[in-house]
Amino acid sequence: MATKTETNGPPREWHRPWGIAVGVALLLIVLPLVGREGAGVNLLNALVRFANFVVIPGMTYGSQLALGALGVTLIYAVMRFSDFAHGDTMAFGAMGVILATRVLQGMGISAGPLPTALLALPFGILGAVTLALVFDRTVYRFYRRQRAAPVTFVIASIGAMFVTNGLVRLIIGPSDQRFADGARFIIRVQAFKEMTGLSEGLALRTTQAITLVVAVVVVLALFLFLNRTSLGKAMRAYADNEDLALLSGINPERVALWTWILAATLATIAGTLYGLDKSFKPFTYFQLLLPIFASAIVGGIGKPLGAIAGGFVVAFSEIALTYPYRKVLDYLGFETDSLVQLLSADYKFAVCFIILVVVLIWRPRGIFQGRVI
Amino acid sequence: MRGNITMGRPFWLALAMATALGAVGVLQSWNVALAILNLQLISAVMALGVNIQWGYAGLFNFGIMGFTALGGLAAVLVAMPPVAEAWAAGGRGMAMAAITMTGTAAAVWALQRLIRIKALRGPAVVLVFVVGLALTRSFYGPSVAAIEAVDSSVTGFLGGLGLPITLSWLAGGALAAAVAWVIGRITLGLQSDYLAIATLGISAVLVAVLKNEDWLARGVKNVTTLPRPVPYEQDLQGQGWFMDLAARVGMDPFLLSGIVVKALYALLLGSVLLALFWLSHRALHSPWGRMMRAIRDNRDAAEAMGKDVTRRHLQVFILGSTVVGIAGAMLVTLNGQFTPAAYNPFRYTFLVWVMVIVGGSGNNGGAILGGFLIWFLWVQAEVGGPWLMAMVTSGLQEDSPLRQHLLNVAPHMRQLLMGVLLLVVLRLSPQGLLPEQRGKHGLAQQQITTEHS
Repeated sequence: MATKTETNGPPREWHRPWGIAVGVALLLIVLPLVGREGAGVNLLNALVRFANFVVIPGMTYGSQLALGALGVTLIYAVMRFSDFAHGDTMAFGAMGVILATRVLQGMGISAGPLPTALLALPFGILGAVTLALVFDRTVYRFYRRQRAAPVTFVIASIGAMFVTNGLVRLIIGPSDQRFADGARFIIRVQAFKEMTGLSEGLALRTTQAITLVVAVVVVLALFLFLNRTSLGKAMRAYADNEDLALLSGINPERVALWTWILAATLATIAGTLYGLDKSFKPFTYFQLLLPIFASAIVGGIGKPLGAIAGGFVVAFSEIALTYPYRKVLDYLGFETDSLVQLLSADYKFAVCFIILVVVLIWRPRGIFQGRVI
Repeated sequence: MRGNITMGRPFWLALAMATALGAVGVLQSWNVALAILNLQLISAVMALGVNIQWGYAGLFNFGIMGFTALGGLAAVLVAMPPVAEAWAAGGRGMAMAAITMTGTAAAVWALQRLIRIKALRGPAVVLVFVVGLALTRSFYGPSVAAIEAVDSSVTGFLGGLGLPITLSWLAGGALAAAVAWVIGRITLGLQSDYLAIATLGISAVLVAVLKNEDWLARGVKNVTTLPRPVPYEQDLQGQGWFMDLAARVGMDPFLLSGIVVKALYALLLGSVLLALFWLSHRALHSPWGRMMRAIRDNRDAAEAMGKDVTRRHLQVFILGSTVVGIAGAMLVTLNGQFTPAAYNPFRYTFLVWVMVIVGGSGNNGGAILGGFLIWFLWVQAEVGGPWLMAMVTSGLQEDSPLRQHLLNVAPHMRQLLMGVLLLVVLRLSPQGLLPEQRGKHGLAQQQITTEHS
């Protein structure tokens, strides 16, 4: 049958007529742009504006989502359930960081131009890890020993979610907290304009740069751990085939212990970075669960690389689809009255789910062929 | 043995619940008790809907708030009087937009099937889609602006049909069913966790649409003047016979009118709950119900027996969502207002799930009991939390910052309470307070919790 040869055969060749057509079309678009007077400067202005409002926020938000999704995906790979409490674990960790920051600030300790929260991070991680281990010992271990169905774990995680949420609200209250201190900007709009002479400015906030750097460091460390250490290898083996791993003498309790430690650490870091970048509010973290799950699933649940890719896909689509492109297009020579916004900003939250549903239909196991639940 | 438990337990638990409500009536006030009862009735209907999906068929639907909001939308669309100016301003444009949208969808559907050459199909579909979208937007944009400009502080939307609001309970169910059909077609191929997350997301999308499409139901500007199926308190107070009655029972007419109105609501809501309970009870104890449980307990075996699992799942998904939609319409009727921002998927979805799990999944009576019990605790914990905290911290100084903080955050203890309750019930009595009744010969003796993945 025709369909069969198509799905099984080698990838289709690039047809030359199509290539030529696309090339001509591109040329037709690019030529008037470059040919105009002052085109070079305008093109740069457009790029700077795009970078300022789409690329930098997208990278930052994407890193935060990726770190959160890594935690979800790790728990999924090892424990085989979606942890609905993860958003609240992030809030709990971030709360620990905030409290430690306040204490450090009270003692007059600061990290200079960097936010004090970076020094307080270990305390927050300690708090979140303790909480995760308490839940593992009192709740999850019982069902693990019973070899209960994944739905039981999910329902138990909803219980853990309520408890964590309640604790956070009891300890720090439901209101907004701002805890970023130190220098606010690395590059200011005005300084950038003076430096480059462009009419469009670019700002880089300290928290954005920190988010990117920390995310890269954490992800590298995590991959080194998973690929190079015997414990990491044991975790991957356990995730791939539980029975085989048990037969070869891997201690499931030890694997579970370290999975929770890793997941809680990642959650605290993600929660702190998000809180530094925006602000800390328990309910926001609760809702952050949606884009985080979307990232993990879009990337392929159970696959660490997928979680990272998914985080950036979700973040960039959220921002790129709701950004009004009028000014960018202005610089490129297309003047319009409309905002050229694909979706109103109110739908920001909905975007990740539209992507999620599309991916689930078109490629149910995500970009990196994650596990089938 | 199981028989003994299930015979006695519902009675005692129901009695305990009634006593608790009575205690609230005596200690706080009967107005409060009846207000709690009305919301308990609605919670019970919602729990019933979720139980149909989860308890009968094992479907993990976290999209409850979306369907509740759709029920609320139906109440607005049925009961509000139509806004003639808005229809005159943008009605035709909206109709044209609807026509072009349906036309585009139909054209895309037809092209998918008519064009045999694969290379042409993609570009043709995209072209038709883009043209259709542009055409729809050209009608839609101006008419939305025109509609929302009509007296925007009061109306600014198309209004409804001006029918009695009780009709909207049926309409809410129907609307939820229609949307559930679409969502089910998209998502029901997914397995447990994926389905839960996808439905949670879709309900977020539904609520986002309701919040932002002001022409439909005023969005976040809210519809606050919905008609009521029962008389207003002021009208009762104006009646001679009512004042006589108040004098005869020796009660303040203001208090009594509130109680009478709430009791009338309770009668209406209660009769719906009873009807739905009877229907779902009959459904569960019929060949259809046994088939559903067979599919839930062993999907592969049921499929091998020739049951069309996907179709059955779609069916039960629609049925459960219909019940939730009815509950949504009833909720808006009771509140007298539609506030889309209140339907946050995260705030109540999981609460309804706690109701079903604690009450007993697979047991309709259990779901109803769970609805009553959990709503009662949820409401009373907000009052009881600060009281308890005041007791606990009474040793501290009146103005100590710790005491102040603890008293401020005490209402949030209810989250903690729900979590602990869910975890404890799941651990000690995983089948809930009223376990599922299984046939004498036992459809499947294995329990859900010990089942292998």
